Amino acid sequence: MALGRLVGRRLAVGTVILFVVSLLVFGASLLLPGDAARAVLGRSASPDRLAVVRAQMHLDDPAPQRYLAWASDLVTGDLGNSTVSQEPVIELIAGRSGNSLLLMAIAALVATPLSLLLGSWSALRRDQLADHATALGTLVLASLPEFVVGIALIYVFATGLLQWFPPVVSTTMPVLEQPSVLVLPVATLVLAVAPYITRMMRATMLEVLDSDFVHQARLNGIPERSVLWRHAVPNAIGPVAQVIGLQLAYLAGGIVLVEFLFAYPGIGQGIVEAVNARDIPTLQALIMLIAAFYVLVNLLADVVGVLTNPRLRTGVA
Amino acid sequence: MSALVPPAGDGGVTAPVAGQTPGLLRRSLATGRTRAGLAITMLVVAVAVVGPFVAPGGETAIVGPPNASEVPGLLFGTDVTGRDVWTRFLHGGISVLWLSALCTLVGVGAGLLIALLAGYSRTWVDEILMRTTDVFLAFPAIVLALLFLAIFQPSAWTVILTVALGHAPRVARVMRSAVLDVAGRDYVRSAESMGLRRWSIRLGDLLPNVTGPLMVECGLRLTYSIGLVAGLGFLGLSGLAIDQADWGLMINEGRTAFTVQPWPVLLPVTAIGLLTVGTNLIADGIARAAAGTDREVGE
Repeated sequence: MALGRLVGRRLAVGTVILFVVSLLVFGASLLLPGDAARAVLGRSASPDRLAVVRAQMHLDDPAPQRYLAWASDLVTGDLGNSTVSQEPVIELIAGRSGNSLLLMAIAALVATPLSLLLGSWSALRRDQLADHATALGTLVLASLPEFVVGIALIYVFATGLLQWFPPVVSTTMPVLEQPSVLVLPVATLVLAVAPYITRMMRATMLEVLDSDFVHQARLNGIPERSVLWRHAVPNAIGPVAQVIGLQLAYLAGGIVLVEFLFAYPGIGQGIVEAVNARDIPTLQALIMLIAAFYVLVNLLADVVGVLTNPRLRTGVA
Repeated sequence: MSALVPPAGDGGVTAPVAGQTPGLLRRSLATGRTRAGLAITMLVVAVAVVGPFVAPGGETAIVGPPNASEVPGLLFGTDVTGRDVWTRFLHGGISVLWLSALCTLVGVGAGLLIALLAGYSRTWVDEILMRTTDVFLAFPAIVLALLFLAIFQPSAWTVILTVALGHAPRVARVMRSAVLDVAGRDYVRSAESMGLRRWSIRLGDLLPNVTGPLMVECGLRLTYSIGLVAGLGFLGLSGLAIDQADWGLMINEGRTAFTVQPWPVLLPVTAIGLLTVGTNLIADGIARAAAGTDREVGE
């Protein structure tokens, strides 16, 4: 009951935020020096031609009216044409978002169990060498920008010491037909998000291992393995779930530099290309897409946080 | 690359009382990791600051064939247009340093201002400011920066302002909860009953008592800024002159020839990596000292 209301309220807040975000994204394009018609036609365009294109693009309409037209197109999936390729933006997005989702999904599926295991293992070896090494390793990895990690991986596994994987994605065939290109971008993203989940899991496990019910289970003579897997880990995963959600949302920003580095044809690389080409319709659509994804995953993390927290679940919040 | 330190002021971390800031720094310096972080940071800063004075040649001088990894007399060969890689590396650190420092200063300053305003108003001002930060938090920082760099011509100032714009709402959130924590204390009440003006309470009573989380935020945002500034350079969007030596730009220029001549990329990447690790170790040490949990250091 309370949960349904909570999810409903968060959804409403998310929708309002996305509405304001759309105002911001649209408003930013109004600040663009020179107008979009000139951007399409180039500097040498004749005034007549400019006037025609301006009318086509409704650039002479008042801003609120243009916003409404843009927003209703956005909602109905008509995202306009790229000012560079003249192709519909929606086609560009369709292929790219699939690729990005594939990248993020694999990274999440690898990073989550890996860091849960590493975090628990580290907690079980509290204050031993393995624990300190994990703490320092995750701290160092968490400091490094993604592109630094990515370039290091390329140097070690692609161009320099070993030549196991291709350094960049070939543009001539779909990503799924060259699965080996996924390895290094996925590894980079995993190394970006795993440290946080690992550290959170370690901290939570330490707390759980020190709690009364774990002591009780041990006193009852339950085998240590069973204490660990049936009592400790399930209770530790709850608080960690929210951090996992936040890290998945973080991937949405992480893909920008990583996709650019590996020439991976996804949303992130699309954004960089749109910025360089000043392709505003494409940029607006891609940024709205990322913001929607980001808000949605944050919302899910919120809900998961509530679901796994009995005090919140029973409706105090 | 983000917060590993506990969310200051949010759970368990209590701000130190006024006058303890030097103590906080000293306590954090007592830990091995802060000292290591400081040493690494100082090393990279020294290279960046002293580098231009000891560089063997001019940063734009063409001294050999392009992308040659072994040129007699050159330590690391030449870059994509035949300039000396070692010279450009020594010249290229200072821009990353001052850009990141200014991003941090502007971003943390703006966030702190919002936090002091919102956390100590108990009116619609708080509500409006916090809902505004929610909107800016709906973008990953890099995406927000790219949106504004597409609109405004990339220049040093647009880079500083867009990166700072990404920091401000995140800093504001953390600092607001720290301010809220302090705002209910007795000495603030007594200052209120003495009829002090709100801004003098904000600056005289609240600010000195949130310096712990503030310093953690500074270290953290500096780490982020370095990554973002260098990352924007790597994307070719840092707004610097095209032939200026800059660690981020060097990576962007060198990446196509990475296989034949890795040095123009490896040198700046290593320096940036060391710098971010160093600043984050310092931030982590300060956070531990502020939270009173430096147990992991070996006691």
